[in-house]
Amino acid sequence: MTGPHPRTLFAKVWDAHVIHRLAEGPELLYVDLHLVHEVTSPQAFEGLRLQHRHVRRPELTVATVDHNVPTDDRSLPFADPIAARQVEVLATNARDFGVELFDLHSPRQGIVHVIGPELGLTQPGMVIVCGDSHTSTHGAFGALAFGIGTSEVEHVLATQCLVAQRPRTMEVRFDGALPPAVSAKDMILALIGRIGTAGATGCVIEYTGAAIRGLTMEGRMTICNMSIEAGARAGLIAPDDVTFDYLAGRPRAPSGDAWVRALDRWRGLRSDPGAPYDSRVTCDVSALVPQVTWGTNPGMVAPITGAVPDPEAFATDAEQSAARRALAYMDLEPGTPLAGLSIDRVFIGSCTNARVEDLRSAASLVRGRRVSSRVRAMVVPGSQAVKAQAEAEGLDRVFTAAGFEWRNAGCSMCIGMNPDVLQPGERCAATSNRNFEGRQGRGGRTHLMSPTMAAAAAIAGRLVDVREWS
Amino acid sequence: MSASPFRTHTGRVAALPRVDVDTDQIIPKQFLKRIERTGFGPSLFYDWRYRQDGTPDPAFELNHPEAEGASVLLAGANFGCGSSREHAVWALQEFGFRAVVAASFADIFYANCCQNGLLAVRLDAQRIAELFARYERAGGPYEVTVDLEGMTVSDRAGFRTGFSMEPYRREMLLRGLDEIGRTLLAEDLIATYERGREGGRGKGEGW
Repeated sequence: MTGPHPRTLFAKVWDAHVIHRLAEGPELLYVDLHLVHEVTSPQAFEGLRLQHRHVRRPELTVATVDHNVPTDDRSLPFADPIAARQVEVLATNARDFGVELFDLHSPRQGIVHVIGPELGLTQPGMVIVCGDSHTSTHGAFGALAFGIGTSEVEHVLATQCLVAQRPRTMEVRFDGALPPAVSAKDMILALIGRIGTAGATGCVIEYTGAAIRGLTMEGRMTICNMSIEAGARAGLIAPDDVTFDYLAGRPRAPSGDAWVRALDRWRGLRSDPGAPYDSRVTCDVSALVPQVTWGTNPGMVAPITGAVPDPEAFATDAEQSAARRALAYMDLEPGTPLAGLSIDRVFIGSCTNARVEDLRSAASLVRGRRVSSRVRAMVVPGSQAVKAQAEAEGLDRVFTAAGFEWRNAGCSMCIGMNPDVLQPGERCAATSNRNFEGRQGRGGRTHLMSPTMAAAAAIAGRLVDVREWS
Repeated sequence: MSASPFRTHTGRVAALPRVDVDTDQIIPKQFLKRIERTGFGPSLFYDWRYRQDGTPDPAFELNHPEAEGASVLLAGANFGCGSSREHAVWALQEFGFRAVVAASFADIFYANCCQNGLLAVRLDAQRIAELFARYERAGGPYEVTVDLEGMTVSDRAGFRTGFSMEPYRREMLLRGLDEIGRTLLAEDLIATYERGREGGRGKGEGW
């Protein structure tokens, strides 16, 4: 692969999927895997019906229900009839168009970005799309994976292709070794804090460096998941033995001779030495401190050892007014130390941090302790398979003994489309990805952090520096 | 799905001088459960437009009298960041917006606008500031013309600036193209690509 023109991992994957270049510039890109969920697909399937079109490659299309599903007792009917209808419509569409569906009663149901990897559907070198911005998660496997809108969902259903403008590339290199009790979540939050929520707009980020190589697949997924919060279309990490070990034996991963051939192809999926990126950012993680957001977007973040910033300290009028608005919404005063902020709720879940390692790390902190009497805390596994695995390891009993609620899989209080929402004014320590106004419920105040930080906050009833607990 | 063509539009401006307006604000999640493309207009900016008791919040910019009947939304940088929900575009259109003029847009939102014939115009921060100032000075209804054929934004008091847009998106908007229909014309190329890919590896092997 190395030659006179060294190429990035991104370029290798992109170029392999270009069907042709349109006269006006964009390219027709082939899609290997299309993930579908109940919220952004009904209008797309309806569009197909109206035009008498079919799904071109139903076998490359996989659906599940995650966004609006209840996470409590699944033997009961939905409390929300409109949500129930959306779930029913997906079942009808999947049946009518021949698409595989992991429904609410499937042991494989879960958040679409959790089940893709755990089934082995997500594989290196693929182009993967889904009507969800956190599709960037799958980039951890060296797949080019990005979120699309409903019109594009319809386009992919009908054609198995997407018309796409070639994005720019950004290399983000994480050097050094992570200190104890500091995690992938802290790395990505610190990056977004540094480059801003639009810092990578129009770009695909490739994450490189020793600190990335040192992460498990689950940590890498956390990083790629939040690429969109820096404005990036996608995040990418070159596959290596960690990737291959994760995929080996997964239900939908290649096996036998096909596995050997796949490995041979996948090992070429890395940027050539000297490959050109449009921009580069370097971060050293060796002195990284656990991060926590103080504002209303993921870029409004600070180390737990820090304080709520003074809006006047920001450079531009626009940033100052955004920070003032954020502090008013969050009910915070400049200069208040972040450690010590009293909280009402804890949410451990979401496509960012609800895989089994996240639950293990949170449980290790919770074991033998009790959730603060003024806190309501819940754990929502990313998938029913994660839930089963955690239960096999006894993690559910660790959480419930401490006073956590132990739920079924779904997006839950990350997006609050189901009954899991904050009440106005409640302050929540969350392992999810967005702290936008009202994201977890109108008037709710979200602080994003890692699973161990959230678990420690549940016990203490306030934000704490988890390094002091380890 | 095809959208109606966009050539030029003159309309009243609503100014939203905020940066990083995310799609959760444009259309909050509780309204995403519909299975139709319609019915989102009344919920546009719901948590900002309405107080907890359901009455309109007079402090919110879109509730100002001069914004009544607005069809051009003027906003700060990184408009439409966050979730991929196309419902945000449907809500803006149903409310009456034909164009959004901002310093920058998030990628997925920008693509969604184009798919639906909502014109998203990027102007540099200085020109956005100038438009906000002119809106303020007007002290009442303020109109601009957004011309996609001529690629200009102008008002009747001497403001005029050009903008750029990727030729493919401009063409799609001007002609209200059905992108799927267009791609299906390349059916032979898609089929050839699929055969080439599958020739090199076993069934279901992916890349």
